[in-house]
Amino acid sequence: MSSLTARQNQSGFSLPEYLTCLNGIVWREALRFLHQRERFVSALVRPLVWLFIFAAGFRQVLGISIIPPYETYIPYEVYIAPGLMAMIQLFNGMQSSLSMVYDREMGNMRTLLVSPLPRWYLLFCKLLAGTAVSLLQVYAFLLIAWFWDIAPPPIGYLTVLPGLILSGLMLGALGMLISSGIKQLENFAGVMNFVIFPMFFASSALYPLWRVQEGSPMLYYVCLFNPFTHAVELIRFALYGQINWLSLAVVASCTAAFMIGAIYAYDPSRGLIRRGPAGGEA
Amino acid sequence: MTATDAQAAAQIVPEIPPRNEPAGTSALSIDGVSHSYGPRRALIDINFTVAPASFTALLGLNGAGKSTLFSLVTRLFGIQSGRISIFGHDIGRAPGEALRQLGVVFQPRTLDLDLSVTQNLLYHAALHGIARREARLRSDEVLTRIGLADRAGSKVRDLSGGQMRRLEIARALLHRPRLLLLDEATVGLDVKARADILAHVRQLVTEQGIGVLWATHLFDEIIASDDLVVLHQGRVLAHGPVGRVIADAGAQDVNTAFMRLTGTAAASGSAAP
Repeated sequence: MSSLTARQNQSGFSLPEYLTCLNGIVWREALRFLHQRERFVSALVRPLVWLFIFAAGFRQVLGISIIPPYETYIPYEVYIAPGLMAMIQLFNGMQSSLSMVYDREMGNMRTLLVSPLPRWYLLFCKLLAGTAVSLLQVYAFLLIAWFWDIAPPPIGYLTVLPGLILSGLMLGALGMLISSGIKQLENFAGVMNFVIFPMFFASSALYPLWRVQEGSPMLYYVCLFNPFTHAVELIRFALYGQINWLSLAVVASCTAAFMIGAIYAYDPSRGLIRRGPAGGEA
Repeated sequence: MTATDAQAAAQIVPEIPPRNEPAGTSALSIDGVSHSYGPRRALIDINFTVAPASFTALLGLNGAGKSTLFSLVTRLFGIQSGRISIFGHDIGRAPGEALRQLGVVFQPRTLDLDLSVTQNLLYHAALHGIARREARLRSDEVLTRIGLADRAGSKVRDLSGGQMRRLEIARALLHRPRLLLLDEATVGLDVKARADILAHVRQLVTEQGIGVLWATHLFDEIIASDDLVVLHQGRVLAHGPVGRVIADAGAQDVNTAFMRLTGTAAASGSAAP
């Protein structure tokens, strides 16, 4: 009985408690990821299809001039690799958001949200867990791409890590923000059409922006204001040991903005989740 | 131990008042709580308390507002008006302290079906900041208590409905809360599993001094020594020991009392502004 009342005088939470919680959330996300092997395979196959088929077909059509961070002429495959890495994270971010909607419909989300730890912290842990999963996918992709002669300088594999973490957080936070607004799982198809595709195509992932500007000045500005473009450029420069400060600033501020939005949306007192309880019963 | 034995035991287990907590603090106190979904009023001026080491049945038909009330107590929804506190901790102002005292079993299943029994428990423990080693000890302990020790490594998907419910209750108790909320916990279970779950929860009340709020729409889950809250169309129609609620309604049993109360409510409800 003493253990029951032992915590009475304690208030707030200690650092080990915060870390235990983070550890537990990342661990669960990793377990779930390992259980869904097809998710891992499809996360890898998608960018590889782009790399092996799309890039091979397009390399003759698109000429690439020397633009930073590259110092020589590069094959098209090398150009789109950072874009594909960001694409992996984009899909992963949206997939995490999908799983949050699913969790909310199935009620699993409640297990998370009734934890006594602050809700912003729970959401942040969830975000970190999703980012960790995306890193796993990106490095697996880089490994395969290496055999396809996409070989950035060895140090690039290390310098790209902070960039990937930041872009993973941004895209995860965006997914979380979107998940708060989705009422039902079925609406997720809309996310594909209205978020993933426009973000990916209207960016510097597949073609350099100066090329876009030649074709359509209007689209150029859309691409320029697309946070995904900056995620791609951040990764591209980091992969060659450089920092694109503008992209860093944009990605960092977007991460903060999306994160604050998501925390706001999941706040019980004024959040967007103001419909009936999950499952539909009132 | 049967439910009746458990009730008898209640008389001899002394209640331990926690330090720095005024005597007579309710496990759960709901003061003037109202809630609307847009124009629809789901809860209207709800007031009642759940005493520590007591079994309070929240009786209401589907749609009476039970799940909304649960979502407010567990802080899934923000409180629009009124006040809810758990052992004196206001859920709005000190959510961390309040939620620490609270264990909850929701009506929909909230287990990860593809994870093992133990993994589910460890995840929950982590969410409460319980370190891994302690969490393992506690999960072994609760699994033994609910007779699922041999299923510790099984996927939750492979358990029966009754076993899942027992696991959910065990999970809700892992962080040793003093208030346990169960929302229609026996829905979808067979007669025996239902009786087992009920007996188990009553045993928690008597042996561990846990305050229980048991939401149900089934009259036969309520026994004479329980406290009863009758919720109908978002209003509390009666609150008190079962015997008194029945007597006040001029009825002989819970069933009749409920029919009379809700019938009365319908009549006066139409007359009310």
